[in-house]
Amino acid sequence: MNPAFSVVFLTTLIGAGQGLFLALFGAELLGFGADDPGERALLAAGGVVALGFTALGLLASVFHLGRPERGWRAASMWRTSWLSREVIALPAFMGLVFVWSVAHWVGSPATLWIGWLAALACLALFVCTGMVYASIRFLQEWASAFTLVNFTLLGLASGFVLATALAAYAAPEWAGGYGLLAFILTVAGAIGRGLSLQRNARLKPKSTLQSAIGIRHPKIAQRSMGFMGGSFNTREFFHGRPAGFLRQVKWVFLVLAFLIPLLLLALGLVNGAPALLALAFVVQYLGLLAERWYFLAQANHPQNLYYQAVA
Amino acid sequence: MTQLALVIDLNVCVGCHACVTSCKQWNTSGAAGPLVDDQPYGADPTGTFFNRVQTFEVGEFPNTQTVHFPKSCLHCEDPPCVPVCPTGASYKRKEDGIVLVDYDKCIGCKYCSWACPYGAREIDEERKVMTKCTLCVDRITDTALPASERKPACVLACPTHARLFGDVHDPESVVSVAIRERGGYALMPEWNTRPANHYLPRRRTELTVHAEDLVRVDNPLKIDGSRPESPQQGPGREDFAT
Repeated sequence: MNPAFSVVFLTTLIGAGQGLFLALFGAELLGFGADDPGERALLAAGGVVALGFTALGLLASVFHLGRPERGWRAASMWRTSWLSREVIALPAFMGLVFVWSVAHWVGSPATLWIGWLAALACLALFVCTGMVYASIRFLQEWASAFTLVNFTLLGLASGFVLATALAAYAAPEWAGGYGLLAFILTVAGAIGRGLSLQRNARLKPKSTLQSAIGIRHPKIAQRSMGFMGGSFNTREFFHGRPAGFLRQVKWVFLVLAFLIPLLLLALGLVNGAPALLALAFVVQYLGLLAERWYFLAQANHPQNLYYQAVA
Repeated sequence: MTQLALVIDLNVCVGCHACVTSCKQWNTSGAAGPLVDDQPYGADPTGTFFNRVQTFEVGEFPNTQTVHFPKSCLHCEDPPCVPVCPTGASYKRKEDGIVLVDYDKCIGCKYCSWACPYGAREIDEERKVMTKCTLCVDRITDTALPASERKPACVLACPTHARLFGDVHDPESVVSVAIRERGGYALMPEWNTRPANHYLPRRRTELTVHAEDLVRVDNPLKIDGSRPESPQQGPGREDFAT
């Protein structure tokens, strides 16, 4: 597939926003902000940051649409379409985080209940976002539980790294706990992503040129795709880069999304340097952009079998 | 229940692209607006087509076959592109099984094209909506046309009659008989999309020449002994055939 940058930004930004919200809500469950208005203001501010990430993601997704003015229609087919369910879950999550932040700001006692609802919406959004890709059975690289697990783990990891950095500036006594969880989640994300890379490397395509045109002969070669210029089929489903480039992107994201953030987390927490933790988030986010680009590019669409020779 | 479909005979398709151009001509002139042609005379022309003819070479030289392969939407009976559509713009008509896009509801998210293993859908870069073969729904249902012309444009244009059109759920229709008697098959059966369109395979055409067919037993020139006797005696095959 040819990765769409709108999708790369959408999935990484909302992942970070979701992870950050769960980190904040986790702190609230452990008693942060229970009786201190200053802490509640911090939770509200954190909620606004999470909201900002998801809003940027939503903005990115608008660029994916040919007719964004009709985007509201996308909520109608939630019975069958995971994309439609995502379109419902994202604003629901954003709305609940907004209400939760406002409730903390005004000192409402209902924040826990709203928080639970938002956490539910957050998990639903992780599932929906993952299933948008995992539910297309022809794209064998995506059609696996790893897609869901990795979208969730990587979103949580970047959210918790962000929470660690924010806590280091605003509530340093929480930075250690967040940092430990961010470390664990990043390692878990690295393991999950590593396993999915291993799985995808072993994949055998179900469709072949033989099944695509229904001729049982071991030697078939395409001589013409029916046109000399490009078409939607050649632009949307081919990334057009050599295999070596993909391998390089893979190593880049493995280093940027996992290795360097882990080192920076450890260094920042040991030395008590908030700037290193902020840098860890930035580096990891850049790594996740590369990771998502690679995830999209790696999928090999069966329709590509029909577009092997220009002429 | 009706399921309209095309049956494409690969044995007689000559790859002339008449179905491609007639499809483009009909569908660019319809009520839905023109199909885009971007830089048609430029260095890198591109445009929306509902139908393409591709060419494959099967076998190894000198024993090769050139197979021309027209490819359009297969109007699957279980179309994977329909349930994924978030707006309901992509749908399968109950009355005749045609898979269509409601251009007024489509938001151009391209998700349906990802969910089609055949690459049958193309986004129209100008209208910014997904487009695909409609089986010329505006033509086959037009009662103002004479009944013989209520067929998709590609079917009418094909000079070798390689494209058959009809209801594959009616066992007596032309298409059902062709599928049944000539080994019609579906593309990528491994995904269980159950395409309505079928393809008829190449047929091997052989001429068997028997030795006795080359020499007439009752050749008068041989009977009267003016020529040497033929080594082959006895009745020829035609003596049994008649």
